[in-house]
Amino acid sequence: MTDLEKRSDRSPVPADWTYAPAPESTDIVRLQERYGLYVGGEWLDTKEHFATIAPRDESPLAEVAQASGADVQNAVAAAREAFGSWSKLPGSERAKYLFRIARILAERSREFAVLESLNGGKPIKESRDVDLPLAAAHFFYYAGWADKLEYAFPNRSPKPLGVAGQIIPWNFPLLMLAWKIAPALAAGNTVVLKPAETTPLTALLFCDVVRQAELPPGVVNIVTGDGSTGAALVESEVDKIAFTGSTDVGKAIQRRLAGSGKKVTLELGGKAANIVFDDCALDQAVEGIVNGIYFNQGHVCCAGSRLFVQESIYEPVVEKLKKRMTTLRVGDPLDKNTDVGAINSRMQLEKIEELVAAGKEEGAEIYQPPCRLPEKGYWFAPTVFTNVAQSYRIAQEEIFGPVLSVLTFRTPDEAVEKANNTPYGLSAGVWTEKGSRILWMAERLRAGVVWANTFNRFDPTSPFGGYKESGFGREGGLHGMEPYLDFE
Amino acid sequence: MAQAPVLPRGFELPLKQRLPRIGAIDQVAVEGRAADLAKRSIKKDAKVWALELAIRCCDLTTLEGQDTPGKVAALCSKAIRPDPSDPNVPSVAAICVYPNLIPTAKERLAGSGVKVASVATAFPSGQSPLDVKIRDVEDAVAMGADEIDMVIDRGAFLSGRYAKVFDEIVKVKEACGGAHLKVILEVSELGTYDNVRRASLLAMAAGGDFIKTSTGKLPGAATLPVQLVMLEAIRDVHEETGRKVGMKPAGGIRTAKNAIQYLVQVHETLGPDWLTPDLYRLGASSLVNDILMQLRKEKTGAYQSKDYFTND
Repeated sequence: MTDLEKRSDRSPVPADWTYAPAPESTDIVRLQERYGLYVGGEWLDTKEHFATIAPRDESPLAEVAQASGADVQNAVAAAREAFGSWSKLPGSERAKYLFRIARILAERSREFAVLESLNGGKPIKESRDVDLPLAAAHFFYYAGWADKLEYAFPNRSPKPLGVAGQIIPWNFPLLMLAWKIAPALAAGNTVVLKPAETTPLTALLFCDVVRQAELPPGVVNIVTGDGSTGAALVESEVDKIAFTGSTDVGKAIQRRLAGSGKKVTLELGGKAANIVFDDCALDQAVEGIVNGIYFNQGHVCCAGSRLFVQESIYEPVVEKLKKRMTTLRVGDPLDKNTDVGAINSRMQLEKIEELVAAGKEEGAEIYQPPCRLPEKGYWFAPTVFTNVAQSYRIAQEEIFGPVLSVLTFRTPDEAVEKANNTPYGLSAGVWTEKGSRILWMAERLRAGVVWANTFNRFDPTSPFGGYKESGFGREGGLHGMEPYLDFE
Repeated sequence: MAQAPVLPRGFELPLKQRLPRIGAIDQVAVEGRAADLAKRSIKKDAKVWALELAIRCCDLTTLEGQDTPGKVAALCSKAIRPDPSDPNVPSVAAICVYPNLIPTAKERLAGSGVKVASVATAFPSGQSPLDVKIRDVEDAVAMGADEIDMVIDRGAFLSGRYAKVFDEIVKVKEACGGAHLKVILEVSELGTYDNVRRASLLAMAAGGDFIKTSTGKLPGAATLPVQLVMLEAIRDVHEETGRKVGMKPAGGIRTAKNAIQYLVQVHETLGPDWLTPDLYRLGASSLVNDILMQLRKEKTGAYQSKDYFTND
């Protein structure tokens, strides 16, 4: 028999390649039915609780404590009590605890990543590849400074402040916790941290890491609750407030703290300009635009939400962008192939919907790629608006969702002028193959971070923070230690 | 000095707004994107589909000084029926051999639908006079090659004599007659992604039906970011001219997992239209057995030892 005779007819081949579901298992996460407050190394129960849910299908995950003003005072008192001995530990001893936390986070990263996606709605590939490695890296990084403060700030006698009250947002729950806790502890402070109302679970799981690392009781205290808990923390006897969140709340905090002697750092909103010159590496720029605005569903304070394209390449950029958007996979955050996950909360979804409606009404042209959104849960398709004018609300206000506004410019001067024409100043992106132009732009852009030929890239060694209504104070790097220290 | 030739239709100066003619590649970003795409998790039916496609797109290759009719005959049997125990496993796309072995391959593959590809043009260096290269191609075609895998003159390319490279491809294409032309860029000698993009556009403008990464004779042959750069060049040509040029990574693709990563990139960059042996090939020698092993694992639930798969 020849080879040919042996060969049977081929079975018909399906034309399309549909990726089979590849869900990350949730078995690794064991949630309690109800969580208390983590104060002085103990779990304290409260009178009131509220449910925290999974935004992908609105299913309840656990009951979480609503901390009252008295509960917050308790937590601050516990932190105050712990401060004495913690601040007197040699820096090298504090570093050991921080290194231990970093290692435990790395070891338990899958568990944390799954929980982060479950409670927050972000794609597992992001919590797995971005949030968790970065969170661990922040602890590693600041652990290294703990015994070198005298060298980091020579002749300035750095001393810890005392108790830091820290209020963090829901977009990067564990990462923001790491940004806040790691430098505070390395500097010798103790903390009371309030996670966001909608995403408390990884912070509560972090308490388990704190226990595992045998951190002395009271050094880290976690209080959960809504805005009133945050307000109570601001009012309490803390020495410093570090807040990341909306500009409105940031303003209220600053008003409240004026004249109180408490230190404050604010990392607030943004409306970043992502500026694409006609000599850029085009396909990589398009990738950067996508990453700039659709990363974490656009729930990123430094998201590149205003795209400025040089008019000479406007058409190809928009064409390529739209085509690329059709390959974005929107869906179950726990599927390993998901690019865009669920919107964090109903409230946020409504805000996005309202601003998108305003954009349409103002005359901008909307494009959304065809994608089937799940019925349950909070979802919004990746969106791009063209024909946008500077005066439109979608070009002015922070949407904090997967919505991009495209504007054009003709010359570098015009790009700078338009990019800076905003009350915010957190970040900006520049896409050009010309090195001198990158430097020229970076000098003129009023933004805390200017990315060149990349976007949304973070590193613990690099300071992050804003100009104008995007806040003040820096997190990350040596700059991030300073707000947690007193100098003579 | 060689005169730059008139570019064929679709490559004139643009009248409407469009991409910069050549453009640039950002190394960090392109490697980042390739690494992201490589993390796609392809399971179950989707995996079987991809593995069968990888076989259908395979150019089963032997390019050794020690190749004999016996060796090539064995490879042809493998090409027609990669897994003798499973008739549902499809044939590969082509056999890729040196010109002297075309007649053997032709005979063994007659009627099977498996194509015969031959390397030519002073493969692998391309460092011979043009008339020798043309003769090489004409001979290969006369002996029955369905496809010609040519190499570009990297010496000319790297010294900036793009017109020479272009002219040679045009002449080789003419000599191919009805045979399909794959243009090997030998990316590991080009040094930068910018050069890969430049050479890709040059090869397509000159009439190549496929662009191919490597000869397989050098270390560091096909890589995922290199393929991505080439796919993006193919996409740009398609968008500007409507012409569909094929892609063939070759060299260093040994595992099924790696092959799927290459296919995912094609799927998400050029779309499903390119997922066919007419427009996509994987040049490989040892890849097929790993795919067969994975296919059998998907079907039976257990891995079998290498002894259950034929070495040809």
